[in-house]
Amino acid sequence: MLEAVLTGAVAGGTSLVFAGLGELVAERAGVINLGTEGSMLCGALAAYAVGIGTGNPWLGVVAGLAAGAALAAVHAFLVLHRHANQIAVGLVVSFLGLGLTALFGQAYVGQGVEPLATWTIPGLSELPFLGSILFDHDPLTYLSFTAGPLVAYVLWRTRAGLVLRSAGEGPEVLEIYGTSARRVRWLAVLAGGALAGLGGAQLSTAATLNWSEGMTVGRGYVAVALVIFAGWHPLKLAGGAYLFSGAIALQLQLQARGWEISRYLLEALPYVTVLVVLALLSQRRVHGGPAALQKVFEG
Amino acid sequence: MPRIPRALAALLGLSLVVAACGSDDETDTASDPGTEAAGDADVTVGFIYVGPKDDFGYNQAVYDGSQVIKSEFPDLEVLTAENVPEDDTAATTMEQMIDKGAKLIFATSYGHLDAALKVAEEHPDVVVVQQGNTIAGDIPENSGTYFGTVYEPMYLAGIAAGASTKTNKLGYVYAFPIPQTIANINAFERGAQSVNPEAETITVSTSSWCDPGKQQAAAESLLSQDVDVLTQHQDCTSTVIQAAEKAGAMTVGYHADASSLAPEGWLTGAVWDWGPLYTDIVKTVLAGDFVGSKYNANFRVGYKTGTNPFVLADFGPDVSADTKAKIEEAQAWLATDEGSPFAGPVSDQSGKVVIDDGVVPTYEENDAMDFFVQGVVGKLAQ
Repeated sequence: MLEAVLTGAVAGGTSLVFAGLGELVAERAGVINLGTEGSMLCGALAAYAVGIGTGNPWLGVVAGLAAGAALAAVHAFLVLHRHANQIAVGLVVSFLGLGLTALFGQAYVGQGVEPLATWTIPGLSELPFLGSILFDHDPLTYLSFTAGPLVAYVLWRTRAGLVLRSAGEGPEVLEIYGTSARRVRWLAVLAGGALAGLGGAQLSTAATLNWSEGMTVGRGYVAVALVIFAGWHPLKLAGGAYLFSGAIALQLQLQARGWEISRYLLEALPYVTVLVVLALLSQRRVHGGPAALQKVFEG
Repeated sequence: MPRIPRALAALLGLSLVVAACGSDDETDTASDPGTEAAGDADVTVGFIYVGPKDDFGYNQAVYDGSQVIKSEFPDLEVLTAENVPEDDTAATTMEQMIDKGAKLIFATSYGHLDAALKVAEEHPDVVVVQQGNTIAGDIPENSGTYFGTVYEPMYLAGIAAGASTKTNKLGYVYAFPIPQTIANINAFERGAQSVNPEAETITVSTSSWCDPGKQQAAAESLLSQDVDVLTQHQDCTSTVIQAAEKAGAMTVGYHADASSLAPEGWLTGAVWDWGPLYTDIVKTVLAGDFVGSKYNANFRVGYKTGTNPFVLADFGPDVSADTKAKIEEAQAWLATDEGSPFAGPVSDQSGKVVIDDGVVPTYEENDAMDFFVQGVVGKLAQ
């Protein structure tokens, strides 16, 4: 059963890893984007629609990136140029995404899409236990394995990462050095939206092969919560994402084996697991966040 | 912040409000293409449904039924409105149809009942019938509810599953343990058992009518248990079907014929066919016979009492002729007085006999089912 649960954790966690990393990038720059849910949905629909229209799922992935970023641009404009409340705008943007995708997605409900092919890695996928868990997935999942370490590397070992973190910690300092904090935040929010769109695209064209209204069912919000509970650390975030989807896989496996556990407890399991584990592991919680998170910067 | 003139901001806000208020009309403007060019039709029939007409499922079936009415009654004007929410908007939409001359309205979602009753009360000359719910207490002269027995074709589909399975393990993905779902699962297992006593049905709940992520994980958890036939009671069905097809497992469909998604694994399915029932209701109303008719009540139809609007879908390539014959036999049996998926003896999961030998439960009793039969694996959440 452990193998099945871990495989499910990886398969279901990819979309959450991308969305979470996207939100982490935005928050490290100082902007909370609750519109992640909307960006995921836009990415999911765009990828599905373009995948059906062109027959090429990779074009769909590109469309998903663009759609996620496009919705995030609305958030960025309202928050960075009109200085609106970030939480409120984020929620509104999420609902906008939900509504728009429900409307334009009607034509695609129930249709089949050319899936993002599974790349079974020869040799490695035959390894006992680890083989099916790690080496029998779609390409975006393989990308997500590297995404966490990549984001960590960029954040702490590159100049770009330093600039990003400065926008979140002390934008005034950044301005003194001649870089526009607002521009950095724009790019961060757009990148965050694109990653969320990528997560949505993976969900619809690789993981579930389905489009239906509101199909992310709150994953975008889970991603935002994960960022906070992971202490804004990319590797812990990825771990938390896999933990969450692993708990979902676990509760469904337990049901399939006929375990007599209350359905309500099983439903709560993923959320409780993540809360407990990450809260225990993370010593600096909200205080560990970027110092200028959510603060309006009059640039 | 740049100073936007307050007047401009107010104008912007006002236009948003007007657009929002006007959106109700948008729902109906979307329905106008569904009307025929007005001939001299003197009766108009309206259909409202809760979702989009091409959802490959429940609402598409209603739309297909409405189009049958259109072709059966060429002089009738048929109005349709999709995406009508289960609140007062439904009443507004129905009123607009009445303004266009509707004399009979089908409110086709469970949650449309309150709006339907309200409209019926305000327009005693219009017949409003509702699909799926039950009117408690006195039934007004111009309204009624109707529905089919969903679990009868699931019993037949269970026969196909039980005959085709190689591992004797069938899987059922469902949302909530409502009586309709429980009856479906039980009937499916009973059908399978009738041809294959070793068959068991493993149930997994996603606690959602449509969460594709969970559906995928649920399908995988069942497949990892060597289940080789998957079925479901969900609003969106393509994820589970495609997961089964990808794993080489067989599929029993629900709501709609999705054999195009599972060309190899499709066995059969339980699908809607509202045409005959809608036609009969329209005929009754046109003849002026509605009041006191069987439709002026909480009408439930099954194989015993008439034309069940829930039928068996076309068979897939792997269903043997022998199995098809057994299914035909069973369908004829279900139409007799002694035939029922739950004809006794029926035991629950603990082995206790819940329905005695020789007893045939009524449709009402089946609608209140609250236990899983023996052979079903999974805890029924109370």
